[in-house]
Amino acid sequence: MSTPRHAGDQQATTNTPTALVAFAWALVGVPLAYGLYNTVKAASALFGG
Amino acid sequence: MAVPSFLARERIIARPGFNRWLIPPAALAVHLCIGQAYATSVYKAALVSHFESSLTAIGIIFSIAIVMLGLSAAVFGTWVDKNGPRAAMFTAACFWSAGFLVGALGISTEQLWLVYFGYGVLGGIGLGIGYISPVSTLIKWFPDRPGLATGMAIMGFGGGALIASPLSRQLMNWYDPTYDGTIGTTPTGAAVAQLFVTLGLVYLVFMMFGAFIVRVPAPDWRPDGFDPSQVKAKSLVTTENVSANNAIKTPQFWLLWTVLFCNVTAGIGILEQAAPMIQDFFRNGETSTVLAATAAGFVGLLSLFNMAGRFVWSSTSDYIGRKPIYMVYLGVGLVLYVLLATVGSTATWIFVILAAIIISFYGGGFATVPAYLRDLFGTYQVGAIHGRLLTAWAAAGIAGPLIINGVLDARGTPGELTAGDYRPALFIMVGLLAVGFVANLMIKPVAEKWFEPKNTDVPTAASTTGDRNLTR
Repeated sequence: MSTPRHAGDQQATTNTPTALVAFAWALVGVPLAYGLYNTVKAASALFGG
Repeated sequence: MAVPSFLARERIIARPGFNRWLIPPAALAVHLCIGQAYATSVYKAALVSHFESSLTAIGIIFSIAIVMLGLSAAVFGTWVDKNGPRAAMFTAACFWSAGFLVGALGISTEQLWLVYFGYGVLGGIGLGIGYISPVSTLIKWFPDRPGLATGMAIMGFGGGALIASPLSRQLMNWYDPTYDGTIGTTPTGAAVAQLFVTLGLVYLVFMMFGAFIVRVPAPDWRPDGFDPSQVKAKSLVTTENVSANNAIKTPQFWLLWTVLFCNVTAGIGILEQAAPMIQDFFRNGETSTVLAATAAGFVGLLSLFNMAGRFVWSSTSDYIGRKPIYMVYLGVGLVLYVLLATVGSTATWIFVILAAIIISFYGGGFATVPAYLRDLFGTYQVGAIHGRLLTAWAAAGIAGPLIINGVLDARGTPGELTAGDYRPALFIMVGLLAVGFVANLMIKPVAEKWFEPKNTDVPTAASTTGDRNLTR
């Protein structure tokens, strides 16, 4: 994971919680996995029929 | 048009140390929702029955949405670039959700025009703004891998249909237990209206999550180890900026418009007819050796390759370059189309492999084009330029079906067509891909006269006021 850096000023830094990143990815990843699973199941008819 | 302060670009400038890997899920939260647009076939028959209408009349709902997508992306692109991704995602969520809710009202009151207005017009505006909303932000967060970044987001648009299709069947089964999702059963209009309300509310929450977590990088931010001078060393890649108004005056924009139009038209030629096409290619008299369930599986497989192509090919373009990857999409695609027309009917596996690779190029073409625009015109108004380029998609959405349906209508009646009847349409697509290939070859770096003054970048309040309290 790349941590961005900010050049040249004295802004307060932040530290993005890893849990937030993981939660965000899970929120989009779980539905996508559900969709992929169902599509692969449908596509399997192509090879089983 | 000003936006409320909580949506403003200057409120979402990331502080140093912000993890950029939070941005792709924000983008996916939007694209996975708006990708539902490709899953409308799930309830098409139900709407035909509910409104006692025709497939064409119901199909217009989708057509309006796609035309509005192209128009709104073109019209609101500059607004999106100016106000930033949170304002754009928020607006897209409101329009997309409102489209479903108004559409549900239209179904419940049996007013088809309300469905046209709701899902078609309002939803279409949400589609257009939502589609371009994260693109320029991703390009700025991932200057080292723009193809990967936009590939991830635009892959979500393909993935959205994969989610919405089974989810819609499941929900309609809950709302109408007599419907079990199998061929021959159709849900009631009330079930579809309830589905629309559910999707509208779920998508609203999901897209708002994306709007909430998205951030833009500070103007002088760059990732660790990234050296912009190396980017400039690659041919066709500029570190200069061109405005959207100037970009459309350059031959490069219109050549790329032609490339996208040809690539999308050719892909739609297969996508539009996928299920009947595989059955017709292996027709023996009045029956096909490919069963309806197998044809449905073929459609699913194409969806997978469409989605995967967006990610894989767009990421690959970061290594081999944008122009070469489009030479592959169009050049190899052309050869594959010729093979499909000539030997595609010899074996099912040959047909399936050829079609799947062609569709992966179709998806790849969509996903790679924002990075190609970044290379040519810089990051300044790349979202707005992308929006204007998407009119090629709207045009291809009309041309592709017209070509394939026009040829097939002239050759015979559905259910009696064979592989030979598809050949004229396939060879038209070969010609289109050849045109696209030449257009891509003709793309050269943009002339210096179109460049913006040196200090131009996407305006951020923080960059001009130095207000560090506004950053997040």
